[in-house]
Amino acid sequence: MVVAMILALHAPDGFLDAGTAIVTAGISIVVVGFALRQSQSQLADRAIPLAGTTAAFVFAAQMFNFPVAAGTTGHLIGGALAAILLGPSVGAIVVTIVVVVQALAFADGGLTALGYNVLNMAIIPAYGGYAVFRLFRRMVPRTTGGVIGATGIAAWASVVMSAIAFSILWLFGATAPVAFDDVFMAMVGVHSLIGVGEAVISALAVGAVLASRPDLVHGGSDLNRVELADTRVQTRTFLVGGLLVALALATVVSQFAVEAPDGLERVAEDTGFVVSATDHALADSLFADYATAGITNESFSLAIAGVVGTVVTLAVVAGIFLALRERRRSEPSAV
Amino acid sequence: MSAGIRVQGLEFAYPDGRVALRGVDLVVEAGERVAILGPNGAGKTTLALHLNGIYRPASGTVTIGGVPVTDGSLSEIRTMVGMVFQDASDQLFMTTVGEDVAFGPANLGLTGEELERRVEDALAAVGGSDLGARPAHHLSGGERRRAALATVLAMEPEVLVFDEPSSDLDGAGRRELVATLAPLSMTQIIITHDLPLALELCPRSVVMRDGRIVADWPTKRLLGDERLLSENRLELPFGFTLQPDR
Amino acid sequence: MGAGHSHALYVHEHSAIHRLAPEAKLVATFGFVICVAITPREAVWAFGGYAAVVATLAVLARVPPGFLALRLTAVAPFVIFALFIPFIASGDRIEVWGLEVSVQGLWGMWNVLAKAILGASASIVLTATTEIPDIIRGLGVLRVPALFTSIAMFMVRYLELIADELRRTRVAMTSRGYDPRWLGQARPIASSAGALFVRSYERGERVHEAMLARGFTGTMPALGHLQAAAREWVLVAVLLAVSVAVATIGLVTS
Repeated sequence: MVVAMILALHAPDGFLDAGTAIVTAGISIVVVGFALRQSQSQLADRAIPLAGTTAAFVFAAQMFNFPVAAGTTGHLIGGALAAILLGPSVGAIVVTIVVVVQALAFADGGLTALGYNVLNMAIIPAYGGYAVFRLFRRMVPRTTGGVIGATGIAAWASVVMSAIAFSILWLFGATAPVAFDDVFMAMVGVHSLIGVGEAVISALAVGAVLASRPDLVHGGSDLNRVELADTRVQTRTFLVGGLLVALALATVVSQFAVEAPDGLERVAEDTGFVVSATDHALADSLFADYATAGITNESFSLAIAGVVGTVVTLAVVAGIFLALRERRRSEPSAV
Repeated sequence: MSAGIRVQGLEFAYPDGRVALRGVDLVVEAGERVAILGPNGAGKTTLALHLNGIYRPASGTVTIGGVPVTDGSLSEIRTMVGMVFQDASDQLFMTTVGEDVAFGPANLGLTGEELERRVEDALAAVGGSDLGARPAHHLSGGERRRAALATVLAMEPEVLVFDEPSSDLDGAGRRELVATLAPLSMTQIIITHDLPLALELCPRSVVMRDGRIVADWPTKRLLGDERLLSENRLELPFGFTLQPDR
Repeated sequence: MGAGHSHALYVHEHSAIHRLAPEAKLVATFGFVICVAITPREAVWAFGGYAAVVATLAVLARVPPGFLALRLTAVAPFVIFALFIPFIASGDRIEVWGLEVSVQGLWGMWNVLAKAILGASASIVLTATTEIPDIIRGLGVLRVPALFTSIAMFMVRYLELIADELRRTRVAMTSRGYDPRWLGQARPIASSAGALFVRSYERGERVHEAMLARGFTGTMPALGHLQAAAREWVLVAVLLAVSVAVATIGLVTS
């Protein structure tokens, strides 16, 4: 699908309607304000230049396209990476700064689109990615390799979450009659491939920092010296393992993306499951008519949107709670 | 104005476990100029970063001008001790050289004309009055080194600490550096591999190895001791020999 | 200026627009773009009005048209997306130049194109007349938290160093015959990114030490930059009044 291959996530002005822009701007301001308050004590002394160089790195990396598959390229979003290196709140701030400066200085992403661009590219990947990272850290051994593997998975998940969030916002605020399922399948399909690149870069970057300066990796601060020294050998195993999982996921999801629209439509016709002429009251009032107008299996896509939307929201909320809890825990020992 | 330095039993290890200092004792009188020599990894830079409280000792004490370095005295210590870093571009982080020079005094609370005067004086002291408006990344190595020194002089420190001040300079740049440093009256600690520079500027030299001080002699005598030099991977430039003090 | 990129973004002129305080220009840019975004797409003439406003500003600022056009390529990916909308959108179909397209899709394309190009043009005029560090300083004047602007300052300062290293890495790779075409070949990029990351991290740490050594306590000192004068705000108000008027008429008439 051509659409998604060229879709970056830096949406321009007018891409979503004014209401969506205002609501997402409100959400983004509240969350970034929360992140700034969370980080004030952590950043006041030690980490401002670290956050600045991380921001510069992410900024530069976003301009550096990597090949995904024939004819398609993607670039780093960096939200999960920044969150794992600096903690979720500082990570969210760092990518927000990148997105704001890109909009102001490079006309990359519209100024009135900042609300949804910050939400999709900074807040969701940083908090959501961090939640996934912590979840996987529980499942894998407490080693350097575990941190690197979890980074890869979290980075992949963060890109897919971004793509999902983008499609759901399209459902609410579309400015053109392109159906939600087309946007959803294309966005999530291609971004599950782009996410593999994000996973590789993030995992290798975290691995490189862990190898030389483990004290600088927030997400690995629970590793002690012995664990760091002992487990170098396993790094490779976990990196390869994590990559294979990510690739498998990407393949499955992108297959689904290619097959699904037709498949679902056929299922709908075969089973006589045809949407009634009267629109959903909910769909009418809340969702842009455009995004649902062309869909024959409306309830089904709304259900998908609901489920994945809930999952992404839960991950982001979990990330915010993790940020709160970690700060509370670190406060007594803060220097 | 200058202040003395007193370091006692200083020990320090990095977060990754590397031990950098294993008990350093050093007394430098006010107004004295001392070179610190030694192989790479001896702990010279780590020692320097203790002199203004960027690193905190695992054990031992550091006292500057009678003030011990503690959490409570940090701002006082940092106004007394000026640090010129090895890579001058680490020290020039603002948009223009003038802003970089103003950064320190502005942190001390200076504003307006007094701030401008400090900036002008500091730039003049390094012979760089024309550098103020220029962006740091367009300077030559020598200019960058002088701009970095100006950022520190603007704080009007009582102690100056240099980490490899001549490492990226050409011959003329090096001569200008010596001419700039020689007339300064504050206490100076100069970390260097450049033995002729140590001889030119510092009557006294200290040799560090493996986190300890292994020699503390007059520079001339120290540079005449070939065995001490070779044990510590120090070499005079080719064809350059020194007679021990008569 | 601090960022290498700002050389490419900034037009060295001494126009009245260049001399305006950055916070005034920021307010004007945001206000203008918001007006554009809320204008209904059916008010086609209104977008002509906005285009006239941007064009006037660009002429006043002596921003060459070619420069503006070149910088507009930043929105290209979305423009291409916009061009596809009429074909993939649903709704009534009409025939244009022998192609069957959706009417609603055509309106959607026009909406994205007009707003994206006008919004991007406004940002381009802003950065063509304001150096990036000044923009960040302007954000500070507009009460954006100091933490945010401090990190942004550092980012801009170190962007050039990192971009240089990236360029060198790419040159080194290309000169050894590396021409990435698929994901499996991305590993060299990724591992050099990791090494680059450690280098920039450690530089950040050294810079921080240098800042601490000069009495830094967590907030960047104000270095006596001029703030916007009342006269400058009057200019901004005029510009905004024109934009709001266009937007209002657009909203009322359609």
